[in-house]
Amino acid sequence: MKAESTVRSRSRGRGMAGMALAFAAGGYFQHLGFFDFAIKNPGEIWKLFLQHIYLVIISSVISVAIGVPLGILLTRNFMRRYRNWILNILGICQTVPSLAVIAIAMTYLGIGKKTAIFALVIYGLLPIIRNSVAGLAGIDPVIIDAGRGMGMNPAQLLFRVELPNALYIILAGIRTSTVINVGTAAMSFLVGGGGLGDLIFSGISMVDPGYMLAGAVPTCMLAIFFNWFLGKVESWAISPGLCYSSGSAGP
Amino acid sequence: MIKFEKVTKIYSGNRTAAVNDIDLEVAEGEICVLIGSSGCGKTTLMRMVNRLIPITSGAIHIDGQNIMGMDVIELRRSIGYVIQQIGLFPHMTVSDNIATVPKLLKWDKRRIQARVDELLSLVQLEPAVFRHRYPRELSGGQAQRIGVARAMATDPPVMLMDEPFGAIDPINREVLQDEFLGIQEKIRKTIVFVTHDIHEAIKMGNKIALLDAGRMVQFGTPEALLTTPANQFVKDFVGADRALKRLDLLKVQDAMMKNPVHCHDSDQAEAIFRLMQEKGLNYLLVCDAQDQLLGYVNLRDIVDYSGSVGGRIKPMTLTVHPNSNLKEALSKMLSYDIGIVVAVDKDNKLVGILNTMTLAAVVGQTYDEQGGRWGKITAGGKIL
Repeated sequence: MKAESTVRSRSRGRGMAGMALAFAAGGYFQHLGFFDFAIKNPGEIWKLFLQHIYLVIISSVISVAIGVPLGILLTRNFMRRYRNWILNILGICQTVPSLAVIAIAMTYLGIGKKTAIFALVIYGLLPIIRNSVAGLAGIDPVIIDAGRGMGMNPAQLLFRVELPNALYIILAGIRTSTVINVGTAAMSFLVGGGGLGDLIFSGISMVDPGYMLAGAVPTCMLAIFFNWFLGKVESWAISPGLCYSSGSAGP
Repeated sequence: MIKFEKVTKIYSGNRTAAVNDIDLEVAEGEICVLIGSSGCGKTTLMRMVNRLIPITSGAIHIDGQNIMGMDVIELRRSIGYVIQQIGLFPHMTVSDNIATVPKLLKWDKRRIQARVDELLSLVQLEPAVFRHRYPRELSGGQAQRIGVARAMATDPPVMLMDEPFGAIDPINREVLQDEFLGIQEKIRKTIVFVTHDIHEAIKMGNKIALLDAGRMVQFGTPEALLTTPANQFVKDFVGADRALKRLDLLKVQDAMMKNPVHCHDSDQAEAIFRLMQEKGLNYLLVCDAQDQLLGYVNLRDIVDYSGSVGGRIKPMTLTVHPNSNLKEALSKMLSYDIGIVVAVDKDNKLVGILNTMTLAAVVGQTYDEQGGRWGKITAGGKIL
């Protein structure tokens, strides 16, 4: 108990230090006049911010909806033989830079939100599939044997035993994927998908730090927020019987 | 109750059978121990009963019904299943773990909770303390008690136990074995019990089936296995000290002389003195009017004493219960360096006496072995 509270107070101390640093940097940038654009155009930033959140949430939800069932499928007995093959292929796909994924998606789907979301879903899938497989395959076979021996059918075994025990690793994969997604979503501007990338890329091309920061700072905040929020979801969803210190994993 | 008929299992890709042509019948309410060294097929044989391993050929009947004709899920829910690694679900509380099968069968909440508390009390764990704990908060012994409770949740008539006490330290194992035998006395389940420990087999089993390389070598009572081993393999397996192992099995009441000579404290010393001389006794047990043991008198003490023998009684330092096993009795006799021990029941009533002669006679009974087996000790290389 004591050790735990020490850890917590230490991490809180670190958070405070980070906050102070951010304020100091903010003050410095303010002094240089970098925030002038943001102060003058809050409506524009808000609109792009919402677009960005929309892109992240839609694409992450689709990634989870595809990735977790795919991970489950890959750990079923009849798929065991192909599992490593498929994971290797997915791993190779992940090495393709996100920009290239977006470019390839554009050649087929043209420009627009749909293309952006498609690319984000593809790019966010791997961590989710990989963690789902790792989580489910890593379950102690003894408890599966116990469940089977007591007369659980495959669905009951999956929902009552396998998923609850793999949840920690699966959720960590979702968290990683979502946080990466926040950053990648900035590129959807390039295919006309909108979002805070609009400000970042324009700022870069116009060599205007004020413009660029107006996009970059909210993007960072968004990534930090999603990481924190999904950490909370983990500690709420995972059974206290599984002895993990919640919130310590993730990107 | 459970009948194995020519049961054979050949794993795919193997040429030899893991279980070969086993015929076996487990009577209702009995514990049948499957024993053998690792790889002998005992666990495979057990896991075929709830169809965790499919049978290659032959049949298993439970209560006259072929298990292949039953729904596999229903079959498994009707059989209690305990495994060595316990396999409690780590994400569930003790209460949810025990309630696994009742929940699958959709019992209502109140019935489940009542049953959970009943089972926790049965395995001697305080329900209020343990109900909401998680498996990681339990000791090994507590976890295995929960494992047993979970298997008994729906009161299944048949239970499969795969080395249930194997992962527990020797002291707690004894405690759990005794506790489980106590429970079994009440619930009378038909149990298939797998172990590799001959002591455990002798202690727990009503019948023992000794397997080697997938074949049944001998099937019978623990007595039969110890006194009339079918061949050299069985002899090696039960060990050179099998005569001593029988001491575990026999009770004091099996070996004691019943209704021993005794007198009452109100008897006159002269009469008792004459009686003892007549029978050539140096000591005589003394009881009160209700046959409760008071002690003994020494011939010398009453030689010129008049009055009732009650005045010359010496207390008995050592007694045994007729239900305790002979090993315990012999151990007491050796440590107190006496040749005779008196058996009294729980009301201190005299029921018999046990001496080294009768002990040796009972233990030695039915052994036909001639001479020692010095030349063969290393032959099998089997160490238990």
